Amino acid sequence: MNIWEQQARNRRNTVLLVVLFIALVAAVGYAADWYFGTGDIPVLTLLAFVFATGQALVGYFAGDKIALSLSQARAVTGQSLKEQQLINVTEEMAIAAGIPMPKLYVIPDPDLNAFATGRSPRHASIAVTQGLLNTLSRDELQAVVAHEVGHIRNYDIRLMTLVAILLGTILVLADMLRRALFWGVGARRRRSEGNAVLLLLWLVVSILAPLAAYLIAMAVSRQREYYADATSAELTRNPEALIRALQKIAAAIQPTTAIPQSLAHMCIEDPRGRPINERSGFWSDLFATHPPIHKRIEALRRMAYLQAS
Amino acid sequence: MGWIALAVVGVLILWAILAYNRLVNLRNQVANGWRQIDVQLKRRHDLIPNLVNAVKGYMKYEQETLQRVIEARNQAVSARGAAEAAQREAELSGVLGRLFALMENYPELKANQNVLQLQEELTSTENKIAFARQFYNDVATKYNVARETFPSNLIATMFRFQRAELFAVMDEREREAPKVDLGF
Repeated sequence: MNIWEQQARNRRNTVLLVVLFIALVAAVGYAADWYFGTGDIPVLTLLAFVFATGQALVGYFAGDKIALSLSQARAVTGQSLKEQQLINVTEEMAIAAGIPMPKLYVIPDPDLNAFATGRSPRHASIAVTQGLLNTLSRDELQAVVAHEVGHIRNYDIRLMTLVAILLGTILVLADMLRRALFWGVGARRRRSEGNAVLLLLWLVVSILAPLAAYLIAMAVSRQREYYADATSAELTRNPEALIRALQKIAAAIQPTTAIPQSLAHMCIEDPRGRPINERSGFWSDLFATHPPIHKRIEALRRMAYLQAS
Repeated sequence: MGWIALAVVGVLILWAILAYNRLVNLRNQVANGWRQIDVQLKRRHDLIPNLVNAVKGYMKYEQETLQRVIEARNQAVSARGAAEAAQREAELSGVLGRLFALMENYPELKANQNVLQLQEELTSTENKIAFARQFYNDVATKYNVARETFPSNLIATMFRFQRAELFAVMDEREREAPKVDLGF
């Protein structure tokens, strides 16, 4: 599948996952309000939604400043040739993507990583580690920057904020139900619903629903990583540069301690290092924010027409 | 019954407005994209004299090439009309390419931070011109697709939206592989 086909598929999958997520939230909300007998208006679901939204919006508006200060990022000055190159490759990618120039930062960490943050293309920032700046060639650096510009252009921060709201809503509802079931509160309890039904409800709500929600959120994150890779290939028209960059990143795999885990979905690779990630088992794949690097390289090779679909 | 008819008409009007606005938006992006290319071309005009001055002292035997670069740059600045400008910019790109190749022959140049930074700036400017053209073509394609696909083509025809021309290589010589003469 070429660049355009892969991008179309990523967008379709995102829509499917988000629809599935909304359905899950609706189901859990319905169960919760049924249990408490709140009547026609799903009061509890709305409360949980508002609470989760409030939390997520803090992240949305202040997230970039928090991220940059936590990772001890310093603004780029262009004094050294490498920094000048970083500024230039970013300007080139901003032109290719049709977005304003993002603010640039360097993180004092020897590991290879980068992240993008900011609530819209006009308020965007990109940070790269010193290790990345020192190790990658100009076009590999450009490919990584293009991936981050891709996240910005595709409004991934907004999408992940929406995902955080949906996840938060389910977690709050699950929490409410868990406590209620534990303390024996709730209108329906007094009728003879039977212990089996209640146990089933408890199981589903407190364990399965949050688990499913988390899995969907991770699936969305992985989908957007593939999309950002395809966007990098589209902007540079040079998928091989990203392949080489990813190989260098994989080879140097050490945890990027300076980047907080909450930003993982905006990074080029999981900051935890995941030395086990190349053992891509079924379970580790499901819970990962990023697809395994060898699969990303495979997708890029198809975009470069180096591999049959 | 009248209700439903009204609702349907309402939805159609809403769709028509959205389709029209999208076409206007895309058409403006196309115009903006075209101007971006000019911005980058002008930037190159401004940077070239600095580079030539920086390397003049080191490349005493290449006076002819350096002279050609300055001439090509002046020609490009004084060009009139789009076709002439395109041709002269292409010639300037060709001469600059030869200069870059020649600079590889002079190791002392690599030690000079000034020169390295200027070279990076010029390389970046060449890239920016290329990416500006790429962006223009991408957004022009998006506009053309919106203009030609059903159902927005109905709005496009109604309001006479013109097709956007894609940026193409005008000078056949640009399609040849560049000949690099390192003077061996």
